[in-house]
Amino acid sequence: MDVVELSRLQFALTAMYHFLFVPLTLGLSFLLVIMESVYVMTGRPIWRTITRFWGTIFGINFVLGVATGLTMEFEFGTNWSYYSQYVGDVFGAPLALEGLMAFFLEATFVGLMFFGWQKLSKQAHLGVTFMVALGSNLSALWILIANGWMQAPVGAAFNPNTLRMEITDFKAVIFNPVAQAKFVHTVSAGYVTASVFVLGVSALMLLWGKWPRVAKRSFTVAAAFGLASALSVVVLGDESGYTLTDNQRMKLAGIEAMWHTEPAPAGLTLFGIPDLATHTTRFAVKIPYVLGLISTRSLDKPVAGIIPLVAEARDRIASGQIAYGAVERLKVAPGDLTARAAFALHGRDLGYGLLLKRYVADPRTASSAMIDRASWDTVPNVPVLFWAFRAMAGIGFLQIAVFGAAFIMATMRRFDAKWLLWAAVAMIPLPWIAVEAGWAISELGRQPWSVDGVLPTFLAASSLSVAQVWTTIVGFTLLYTALAVVEIGLIVRVIQRGPYAKHEEARPRPVIGSIALAPAE
Amino acid sequence: MALPLDYPTLRVIWWALMGVLLIGFALTDGFDLGVASLLPFVARNDGERRMAINTISATWEGNQVWFILGGGAIFAAWPLVYAVSFSGFYLAMFAVLAALILRPVAFKYRSKRPSPVWRESWDWALFVGGFAPALVFGVAVGNVLQGLPFSFDSDLRAAYHGSFLGLFTPFTLVCGLLSVAMLVTHGAAWLTMKAERGAVRDRARLIGTAAALAAMALFAVGYVFVAFGGLGFKLEGLIAPSGPSNPLRALAVAAPGGWLTNFHTYPWMWTAPALGFAGAALALIGIRSGWEFPAFAGSSLSAIGIISTVGLSMFPFILPSRLDPGSSLTVWNASSSQSTLFTMLLAVVVFLPLILIYTSWAYKVMFGRSSVAALATDPDLY
Repeated sequence: MDVVELSRLQFALTAMYHFLFVPLTLGLSFLLVIMESVYVMTGRPIWRTITRFWGTIFGINFVLGVATGLTMEFEFGTNWSYYSQYVGDVFGAPLALEGLMAFFLEATFVGLMFFGWQKLSKQAHLGVTFMVALGSNLSALWILIANGWMQAPVGAAFNPNTLRMEITDFKAVIFNPVAQAKFVHTVSAGYVTASVFVLGVSALMLLWGKWPRVAKRSFTVAAAFGLASALSVVVLGDESGYTLTDNQRMKLAGIEAMWHTEPAPAGLTLFGIPDLATHTTRFAVKIPYVLGLISTRSLDKPVAGIIPLVAEARDRIASGQIAYGAVERLKVAPGDLTARAAFALHGRDLGYGLLLKRYVADPRTASSAMIDRASWDTVPNVPVLFWAFRAMAGIGFLQIAVFGAAFIMATMRRFDAKWLLWAAVAMIPLPWIAVEAGWAISELGRQPWSVDGVLPTFLAASSLSVAQVWTTIVGFTLLYTALAVVEIGLIVRVIQRGPYAKHEEARPRPVIGSIALAPAE
Repeated sequence: MALPLDYPTLRVIWWALMGVLLIGFALTDGFDLGVASLLPFVARNDGERRMAINTISATWEGNQVWFILGGGAIFAAWPLVYAVSFSGFYLAMFAVLAALILRPVAFKYRSKRPSPVWRESWDWALFVGGFAPALVFGVAVGNVLQGLPFSFDSDLRAAYHGSFLGLFTPFTLVCGLLSVAMLVTHGAAWLTMKAERGAVRDRARLIGTAAALAAMALFAVGYVFVAFGGLGFKLEGLIAPSGPSNPLRALAVAAPGGWLTNFHTYPWMWTAPALGFAGAALALIGIRSGWEFPAFAGSSLSAIGIISTVGLSMFPFILPSRLDPGSSLTVWNASSSQSTLFTMLLAVVVFLPLILIYTSWAYKVMFGRSSVAALATDPDLY
């Protein structure tokens, strides 16, 4: 593999690993706010016990989310340095805002959340917990604004003087509809993940017959919060489908394995086998009207297919060659007026011209065959998108069903339905599969671009050696695997010891500085 | 759109803000790194170690954000600096990240199991997580002062021609050790203030005294290198402070001794190195005599002085290139666009004061000395 492929592998590994912890943080923080609010309002100590039990697990998870997030903050610079210089004027801003608005908030208050139980009033502590939840969710907002811009680069233009993208409209970057749809979809997915986790662990406790007072209450909170979140994650995912049509028609066509334009009213392919060689999807089972409703909110608009989109890309590549030529002339003669005029006309297609750099050093000299290949390069990996989307959406609907059943059972105070408890336990891994599949769709669906239509991924990497990138891939893999083993071990241990472990240890005991006399926290 | 601040002013403000963030990191997370580096030496058994860790347990996480925000702010305001430095320092950056990833995990996980082997292992992880970043940050600054071996092609793609081992030269090691000494002094001053009176505090004061002396000595050795070691660059020709951020048009050359030029031109700048020495001296006296607030103020002032000295000596250079001085990144050719700098400045003006307010409140809530006795009564302590 070359440096670009290795860098993609490393980014995928570190980002997907990071996102094992993030959704649980996003959702568990708000579940803690709910549980602690009940404690503050009712004053019943059982809710304090519940809050602190899930808080312990939150802490173990949070710390790895933060630690692996460090890698993400710097990985653009270490592995994608051309990307960083090319779009940093736009992309860096939401990252810095994330630090200013979100990271400080969550990290400062998380310390008080864990160490402030004896130093703060009940209300103040609840306020602190809320700030942690707010901070982690704001952090999701800013990073998704950044990612949303990679999917739909609004409010920015290429500046030939500095050879990079620069912000032209800050508001457009922040209120990017793609980013907003992604944000609400992603945080809801986090709330679902945490609800599934709490529901499943509570069900396990009920199956064990241990700590029923804690388990039943936790189960009920998770069922209610989870049902609302599971419904919104699907509804808001549909909103993502709608925004996709404006900005990333190719991604939608890939998800649907839709080779030809689907005439109105467009049908949704429920199942089929995408065939890359013949550009067809075999055994397709279609539901009429649905795709048209999702992606155009109408029954009279067609949805563009892959083959016509490739033809469009071919035209934009031709236009991009002119833009590239104009930039090259402006490099040597910044005042060249004809070059400026050519750039004004074709500048928006510069990125398409750069696609040719895979085949030829100077895109202006590309042959017709190269342009054909480059235009087909704009098609993402269709089978992966097709199947990842079906896995994600299938899990989404399954979760609604299980949360619905759990909510009904909890309302009827029926905590003895073994089948449901087992279903809740079995469901624990599913939200993680769904969120990782979701990110795969989002990021693989954007290929071959690192920034859609602006900068091809193969140009974005740093000038590193293969050996350097292998070193860090191996390093991160070893470090992260070790941490995952430790983390899972600790969470299992906390669950096995149960919610009252801390209370028992709160009794005074002799500590004379030796390990034997000072047992674990 | 006409912005109320012109481009050169915004660039200088953001250059200063980069210094503010670095100083914020050194003053807050600096003592966390210092305490972690001191941990195996000042605390000899589990109770003592828990007590020492609990002086920073509630606040290190917020402190670490200075580092993360530093990364984000450099990305937003100095994208070329972000791109060149982190890819150039590729393996060193990995070492820092690995160490910093171990640190939070060690804080949180160490107390979760009673096994001595488990705890001893995490203690060493904490030590590495404190010592390695402190050393590497200093070595990195030393390399920046020497000039980095990078160049740009005509598309502004940076190529770096150095190796990991090449980062370590006598001068950069002096810088690395200075950074360790500075942060260990700061950590020792923190323990003098926050640890209960007793063995841990006494050992921290002893090591802190040595570290403060070492910091002064290494800072002086650093000066000798800068004055006589052939270091330094200067800009030539017409300088365009409001020109486009395009380092292909830089006109810089190597100029031995050039890092002292600013001090000769603007003698008030000598206050920065003076503060570096005076602060370390105050820390030394404070730590020796158990005079704890002046000790901490001294180590803080020393860090402010030392970091400011580096920044002022290089201005307007940010990342000089020794391979191709013409590719050097300066305040005038490496920033974001004027509108990004202005918008982000507004965000800083609104949010930085808020951050300082709630961070101060957090420190106020956690005010007071950490003690071994408290470990028995407060189940939340690490």
